[in-house]
Amino acid sequence: MNFVRLSALVGLAILIALPAIIPPYFLHLLIQILIWSFIYTAWALMGRFGFVSFGHGAFMGVGAYVPALLWTYYGLTPWIGIPLGVGLSALLAIIIGYPCFRLKVVGHYFALVTLALSQVVLLSLTAARDITGGSLGFTPRAVGHSWYALQFPEKSYFYAIALLLWLIGLYIWQRLDRGISREALEAISEDEDAAAAVGINVLREKLRVTIISAALTALGGAIYGQYFMYLNPDTVSGIAVSLQIVFAVIAGGVYSLLGPTVGSLLTLSLTEALRVWFGTNFIGAANTIYGILLILCIIFMPQGIVGALRRVPWRRAPPKAVPAE
Amino acid sequence: MDIYLLEAIINGILLGGVLALLALGLNLIFGVIDVVWIAYADIVMCGMYVIYFLYAEYGVPLPIACLIAIAAMAAFGVVVHLLIIAPVLNSPPINQLLATGGLLFFLQSFATLLFGTDFRNIGVRLPILEIGTIYISFARLIAFGLGLVGAVALYFFLKRTYIGTAIRAIAQDRDIVGLMGVDQRRIYIVTSAIGGALAGLAACLLAMQYDVHPFIGNTFGPVIFMICVLGGLGNMIGGFIAAFIISQIIAIGGYYSNTELSYVLAFTFFIVLMFVRPRGIFAR
Repeated sequence: MNFVRLSALVGLAILIALPAIIPPYFLHLLIQILIWSFIYTAWALMGRFGFVSFGHGAFMGVGAYVPALLWTYYGLTPWIGIPLGVGLSALLAIIIGYPCFRLKVVGHYFALVTLALSQVVLLSLTAARDITGGSLGFTPRAVGHSWYALQFPEKSYFYAIALLLWLIGLYIWQRLDRGISREALEAISEDEDAAAAVGINVLREKLRVTIISAALTALGGAIYGQYFMYLNPDTVSGIAVSLQIVFAVIAGGVYSLLGPTVGSLLTLSLTEALRVWFGTNFIGAANTIYGILLILCIIFMPQGIVGALRRVPWRRAPPKAVPAE
Repeated sequence: MDIYLLEAIINGILLGGVLALLALGLNLIFGVIDVVWIAYADIVMCGMYVIYFLYAEYGVPLPIACLIAIAAMAAFGVVVHLLIIAPVLNSPPINQLLATGGLLFFLQSFATLLFGTDFRNIGVRLPILEIGTIYISFARLIAFGLGLVGAVALYFFLKRTYIGTAIRAIAQDRDIVGLMGVDQRRIYIVTSAIGGALAGLAACLLAMQYDVHPFIGNTFGPVIFMICVLGGLGNMIGGFIAAFIISQIIAIGGYYSNTELSYVLAFTFFIVLMFVRPRGIFAR
């Protein structure tokens, strides 16, 4: 365990030192990777228990648009706007999650209900084009360097924010992984009725993890908006974003701490590399390769890349959890 | 009654015909193979490209182009089944959903790669019918008619033929059917072919009304799922009726506000109904 902790510390030190060394372009890429890693980790919080949500596009969209709109039209600082957006997303998660879990809408049905939610948010954002600019996108009012508006033209500020965000995401994932909730949720994903029979409050456990996951996704969306200073309904909400999230997490590995991060690193690097090498002539190339990879991942390694590496024979088997007496 | 409202209602019914056809195909596959093809609408998109290229680029007569498209999509359905569905048949349902999600990604972006994001129209101009002061698009009327013909043909196929009976039997109990001497793998392939052919037929009908572009599947794909789930996944008659309910909501909602909001209304209706009747409107 010491080795793992040491390499984590060294890795972190390198990550903190990076902005001083690497050129702005790579810093920009790294910020994107960290923000998406955070969102992917948030999705994996529930995805790992088989609660596959296609609704995270909705949570991200709400989280991104609420602070941006409030700031631009009412001058409300994102320091209040972001919590409002996150709160609204959490509320949305409750409105959808509570009846779903109460009425045992699971599996396909849950996925499709959340898919509808994604579309509702996407289409509402597009329809409110007088306020949001519709499919043309929305540019929040820029004021240059400002803590009040949470806008920083220098990339290193957002790098620090994204890094912190990512670490918070990992911390929450770890907390859940080591807590009693994980046992409860695993039991629920195996058999809800049996879990309820041994005294697990199925509704509360599922609702809690859904709210956390939705709120974190909204927070990620908000930071995404603050960083890019441009929002488009199609890039922060809707079925396409939901699928992007699901795919990257599945590719990286939904059951491991760093799986979503690896997924984000892989997919974004691939997109950038293909974009740089081929230019815009091959606009669909990256997603074509993703699609094929996704299918192959599902068929050959449903545990994801990190999960598959873990089973390579030359690595020591992870220690088994000691059953509680 | 307001004449424009009446027009909206009639157009809604006509739209419902095509949606019903698509819902039938998806429901057939779900009922028999127990897999949700989330990329179903994108197979329709492929079919529309086939028609576009055969008819508009190479000058093949439209009816022949349509037949080729239907056959090609039937073959494509089989390929999809063999390459993607068959290997994950015993995986958790959610993995199957994600595998077809990968197909969706692949088809959309591959189409973008090959054809770009241009909107292409096959350039068929069909007359507009004028009944009194109501205008009805002839293309929609044909689509509605052929959609119904397709549905009825499927009904008789399932009721009257040996393979049709086997398909219905497998949808009822997949374990026992094997003992009765039915080759499940063959039935799955036939079902995938029919599902693909229905997507091809829908492609013919849609190509006359809409421009083709790589993301056209996103505009009506989610709607088809909603219809299938509302009718009860696997329940073909339920899906057929639900198609007309949803198309009415979209048409009438579009009359009172705008298209996006009418879809928002339809999706919200779907979410609420899922809570009232979680297994579909017609669940027993």
